[in-house]
Amino acid sequence: MIDPELRQLECELVIEAAARRFGFDFAQYSRASLERRLRNLADQERLDQLSELIPKLLHEPGFIDRFVNGISVNVTEPFRDPECFAALREHVFPTLATYPYFKIWHAGCASGEEVYSLAVLLKEAGLLGRAQIYATDINTRALATARDGIYPEETLQKSQAGYLKSGGAGELSAHYTAAYGSGRFNDELRDAIVFSQHNLVTDQPFGEMVLILCRNVLIYFDRNLQDRALRLFASSLSHRGYLAIGAKESLTYLPAGDGFELLSRDGRVYRAR
Amino acid sequence: MIGGSHGGFDLLRELLPALGQPRVPTLLCLHLPRGAGHEMAQILSTVAGFTVSEARHGQLLEPRAAYLAPGGYQLLVERDYSLSLSADGPVNHAQPSIDVLFESAALACGRGVLAVLLTGASSDGARGLFQVHQLGGSTVVQDPETARSPVMPRAALDLFQPKHTAAPEQLPELIQTWLDQ
Repeated sequence: MIDPELRQLECELVIEAAARRFGFDFAQYSRASLERRLRNLADQERLDQLSELIPKLLHEPGFIDRFVNGISVNVTEPFRDPECFAALREHVFPTLATYPYFKIWHAGCASGEEVYSLAVLLKEAGLLGRAQIYATDINTRALATARDGIYPEETLQKSQAGYLKSGGAGELSAHYTAAYGSGRFNDELRDAIVFSQHNLVTDQPFGEMVLILCRNVLIYFDRNLQDRALRLFASSLSHRGYLAIGAKESLTYLPAGDGFELLSRDGRVYRAR
Repeated sequence: MIGGSHGGFDLLRELLPALGQPRVPTLLCLHLPRGAGHEMAQILSTVAGFTVSEARHGQLLEPRAAYLAPGGYQLLVERDYSLSLSADGPVNHAQPSIDVLFESAALACGRGVLAVLLTGASSDGARGLFQVHQLGGSTVVQDPETARSPVMPRAALDLFQPKHTAAPEQLPELIQTWLDQ
């Protein structure tokens, strides 16, 4: 029998332990889904109570990595929300084409499917050679997958429709090599991307990005933290830089949202004022 | 709260007009694909005679409002009675999952919840309905004999005995009785 109030208290204590011991602060994450992920992690660790995560956090070497990887979200797919990629092609690529060299930051890239999607479209637009893409996430396990760039072939085949809707020019399969049921994105795509761990809650801005993608990350943050992340993006963007967010996310009602104008409603692409 | 899958949309089209505008927030969860939600909400609004909107992240639950879980996202109720969307991935192969909605609402609202599980071809929703029951909420499951796909209601009945098992035509009265309490 679950006691909701006790569950809530345990959840807060676990978060407090991770924050005070390791500086990973999940206190400002949306609570209901975080509680679910904590419960799933406790199940994986075969713990009856959420609070049993606390001694593991405090005393078990290396558990913090499993903890962070377990409760951060790492699910995505290639060309998720094609409207976004189509909007980037339409509204942002023409500006990118005017630069000899530009930097893009994909914040919260999870297992990397979307950052490869972007690289594919840049390649087809003849812009990949001028691009330096930084892809970051808090989740090291997801980053390792992203770095490998290897995904189930079935997933990639299913993504052909999203690729075409995004404005892809031919066959997605031209951009990866398939073997033994997996597909590995081509080296030239991977070589344009630098993967590294970054925590939007505590870490510093990156400099002079022309475009930042941060999709389906803000929905995990409460309003304060959303605003903090947005200010971080604002200070990481170059003059009149672009920001792409998730299909169900919005900058409306966020104080730092005033610094951005909406460029594409369907694609959720904004531009710094 | 109403959850359904295969056959659930057609049943909601019949059920919603019979409800009138409920005085309490109404949450609807169907197994919709990514991108679906807005149009479905418009169709349901037209037939229901009251507004059904696609649930948005962060909005506070309002009385006399009905929300539909968007395809491709999980819909959850927070302790402060606001709605959250998440993209954590499918649960029971479903995103949105009825279990995720029901379980979060049970934790947030306890005995203040009525959960109705309709026709469907998966076992999603059974655990969530049970959690609503355990935390003091009211539970209704569609009589599998009357369901286009009996798998979902059967899965719930295999797990526990919900407060009511009802044919579709009994649902409006059951819901009205609960509202009057």
